[in-house]
Amino acid sequence: MATIIEKGQDAVSSQIEVEALVTGCEAIAEAIRLADVDVMAAYPIRPYDGVMQAAAKLIADGKMDVEYIVADGEHSQFEIVKHACAVGARVFVGSSGVGWFYAMEAIAVTGGLRLPVVAICGNRALDDPGAFGTEHNDSLAVRDLGWLMPWAETAQESLDLALMAWRVGEDKRVSLPVAIGLDGAFLTHSQTIVKIPTQDAVNKFLPKYDLGNRLLHPDNPITIAPQVDQDWLMEIRRQNDAAMRRAQDVIREAHADFKRLFGRGGDNPFLDEYMTDDAEYVFFGQGTLALPMKVAIRRLRAQGHKVGLVRLKWFRPFPTADIVKSLLRFKAIGVIDRDYSFGSPNYGGVLYHEVRSALYSQPKRPVVLSFIAGLGGREIDQNMATQIFEKTKQAAEKGSLDQGDTCTWIGVRE
Amino acid sequence: MAVAATPNATLPQIKGVKDVPYDELFVSGHRTCQGCESALVMRHMIKAAGPRTIVLGSTGCMYVANTTYYTTPWVVPWMHTQLGAAGSAALGTSAGLKVLMRKGKLPNEKINVIAFCGDGGGADMGLGAISATLTHKEYNSLILLYDNESYANTDIQLSSMTPYGAITTFSPTGKAKRLMHTRWKKNVPGMLAAGHPESRYIAAACAGYAVDLMNKIRRALEVGGPTFIHTIDPCPKGWDYHPQYSQELGHLAVETGIWPLYEVFDNKLNLTGPTRQIAEGRKKRKPVVEYLKRQGRFAHFTDEDVDHFQGEVDKMWEKWLIPGVIPFTIAEKDRALLRVDTTPLHEVKKPA
Repeated sequence: MATIIEKGQDAVSSQIEVEALVTGCEAIAEAIRLADVDVMAAYPIRPYDGVMQAAAKLIADGKMDVEYIVADGEHSQFEIVKHACAVGARVFVGSSGVGWFYAMEAIAVTGGLRLPVVAICGNRALDDPGAFGTEHNDSLAVRDLGWLMPWAETAQESLDLALMAWRVGEDKRVSLPVAIGLDGAFLTHSQTIVKIPTQDAVNKFLPKYDLGNRLLHPDNPITIAPQVDQDWLMEIRRQNDAAMRRAQDVIREAHADFKRLFGRGGDNPFLDEYMTDDAEYVFFGQGTLALPMKVAIRRLRAQGHKVGLVRLKWFRPFPTADIVKSLLRFKAIGVIDRDYSFGSPNYGGVLYHEVRSALYSQPKRPVVLSFIAGLGGREIDQNMATQIFEKTKQAAEKGSLDQGDTCTWIGVRE
Repeated sequence: MAVAATPNATLPQIKGVKDVPYDELFVSGHRTCQGCESALVMRHMIKAAGPRTIVLGSTGCMYVANTTYYTTPWVVPWMHTQLGAAGSAALGTSAGLKVLMRKGKLPNEKINVIAFCGDGGGADMGLGAISATLTHKEYNSLILLYDNESYANTDIQLSSMTPYGAITTFSPTGKAKRLMHTRWKKNVPGMLAAGHPESRYIAAACAGYAVDLMNKIRRALEVGGPTFIHTIDPCPKGWDYHPQYSQELGHLAVETGIWPLYEVFDNKLNLTGPTRQIAEGRKKRKPVVEYLKRQGRFAHFTDEDVDHFQGEVDKMWEKWLIPGVIPFTIAEKDRALLRVDTTPLHEVKKPA
C-alpha cells in the first residue's frame, strides 16, 4: 500500500495529517477507511479494481472493519451494496467500462430508490474493440438517472471527493447515489503525494449515516418501492429532481466545511480555473486532461497568448449558474470531450452539448467549439493541445464558427 | 406498527395445523388472481418466519400484482429487488445487518432475511447470484423460489421451468408445430444442493402441503447460513384451469411424482410428505395423465406426448441416482466402487 513519507508514522493511528505516495485507487481506499464504510462489494475489471485490491489489503492488515463481498458480477455487486445501504450500512462499490454497463440495471434503480451508494467509475473505453484506457462514456451513461457525478483530476482530489461523496449523498436533503469519475490509468494507477487527513478531522466533517424513517428494519416495517404505476411515478420522479436541485447548495456547504477543516478545495466547489484572470479564450474539460492542457497553457502564455482552463468538477448536478458566470468572461470556449455522442447535434461530445445548452439563454454568448481527444486512453500531447488552441483562438478572433464547421477530432490518423 | 423483538426467538417445528401461528403478516391489499398459489406461499412463508423478518421481493407476480403503493399487504418490512437479484438482495441485506450489529450501529438481535423470486427470476436470470449467495456461508438468508412455471406476470411466457410441451404465449400450438417447447424442466433444488455443499438447507416444497412448507421455512431460517427453498405453485391463469383446483393440482404434481418433496439438510437427503410414501412403497405413483388432463396448457397433447412425459417421470424415479433429485446414473460395475446402494427405499429392511 502507501509509502508513508514521514518515517515512523502510520496513517491509521496518526493524530496528525501525513503525506503518502499513493495512486488514485489507493487514495480512495484511504477514504473508505476514514469514512468507516460498512459494506463493499468487489468484482474485477481494470482499472477501477485497484481500489478493491488496496482496500482488501487494509482489511487483511486489520486497518479497517468492512464486510468485503466478492460478488459474481457487477450487477450483483451493485445490488448487494444497494440492499446493504437500505438497512443502514455505509457502502462503497465501483466498476469500469463494460462492467459499469453490466451493472446498469442496478445503477438505474439505485438512483430511483435514492439510496446514497458511493461508487467510483474508473473510466475506461467500452468494448468493442477492447481498450483499457480512459473514455468517459461509461460514467456518462448514468447522467440522467439521479446520480451525483464528481470528476477528479488528482489522487488528492479523489480522496477529497470520496469524503465529499458520503457527506453530500447521505445528507437528508439530497439522499442520492454518487459516481466519482476517475480517469483510468492516468489517475487510478499513477502515484502522487497525497495528504491523508486524520480520523478526528474526518469525523468532524462526516456525520454518521442515518436513513431516518426510510430505514428497512423490523422496528420500521415500511414497504420500499412497491408498484406505483402512472398514479404516483411522476410525483416520485419530481422528488428526485428536487433532491438534485437541492444538491447544489449542499455541495457548496460541504465544500466550505471541507476547506475550513482540511484547507483544500479551491474557491469554487464546481469549477477549477487555471490562468483565467485575463484570459480571452479557455479550454474546458474534466478529469486528468487538465494536466497536459495546463502544461500547454504555460507554454502558450510564455508566447503571449491569453489562454486559460476551466475544469468541471461536478458534472451532476451541472453547475449552470457558475458556468454561465465563469464562461461569459471569454470570447471562445474550446470544450474537450474524452467521450463521444455519435449522431448528436454538430456531432459533438457530451460535455460540449451541456456547456452550449447552459449558455444558450444568455443574450451574448462566447463561441463554443467541440473537440474530441484522447479516446481509449490516448495521451493528449502538446501538438494536440496546440491544434485545439489554434482553432479556439481563430474562432475567438472571428467571433463565430464557419457554417458547417462541426466537432473536430484531434490527433486521428485519417 | 412494529412488532416488538423477542430476544433469542426460535422457530420450533410446527406439529400440525392447530400449531400454526395465528398472526397474519401478509394481509389484504394484494391484487393476485383468484386461486393464486404463490400468494399462499407468501402467506405461509411469513407466518412461519414471524415479524422479525425482512423480505426482499424480486420482480415478478409477487411484486407487480402483489405489492402496490398505498395497499401493501406486507406487515413486515419489505423491499423490491430486481428480477435477477434475489441472491444479491439477500446477501447485501444480511451483510448490512451483520456488520451494523457487530459495530454496535444496530441492536443485536436475530432478524430473518428472506428474498423471494419467481421461476424466471430464480431459475433463469438470477441463478448465478443465487449460486453465489449459497457459497457465502457467513451470511444468514433464505432464498425462496416460487415456481408457477412461466413468466406469469408478463403474459405467461416460457421459462426454463415450464414443463415439457406446455402452451405458453411463447410456445403456442399450431398446425406446423404441435409442440413448440420440448425442453425438460431444470432441476433447480437438486442442482443447488449438489453444487453448494456449505449451504445447510435446500428443499423442494408445495403450498398444498402447508405444514410441510412452513416447517421447511422454519428449518431453513433456524439452521442459518444461506438456504434455499423451491415451491411448485399451480397458476390458474398460466396453467389454464379453474381457480378452485389449485390445491388439488399441487397435490397431483406431488402424487404423480413430477414434483418430489424433499429437503437436503447438512448434505443429508430426507424425502417428505407423499414423496416419502411413494418411495417407501406405501403409496402408488399416480399416472401423469391425471395431472396433465386437468390443465388447458396440455390440452393439445396426444397420447404420444403423454407417453413421453410419463417416460421421463418414470426415468426420474427408476433411473436417477437419487430419485427425483440427482439425475445421472452409475454404471453397474462402478456401484460397489462408489458405494452406491440402489435398493429402492421400500425394499430396505428397517433395523429391528
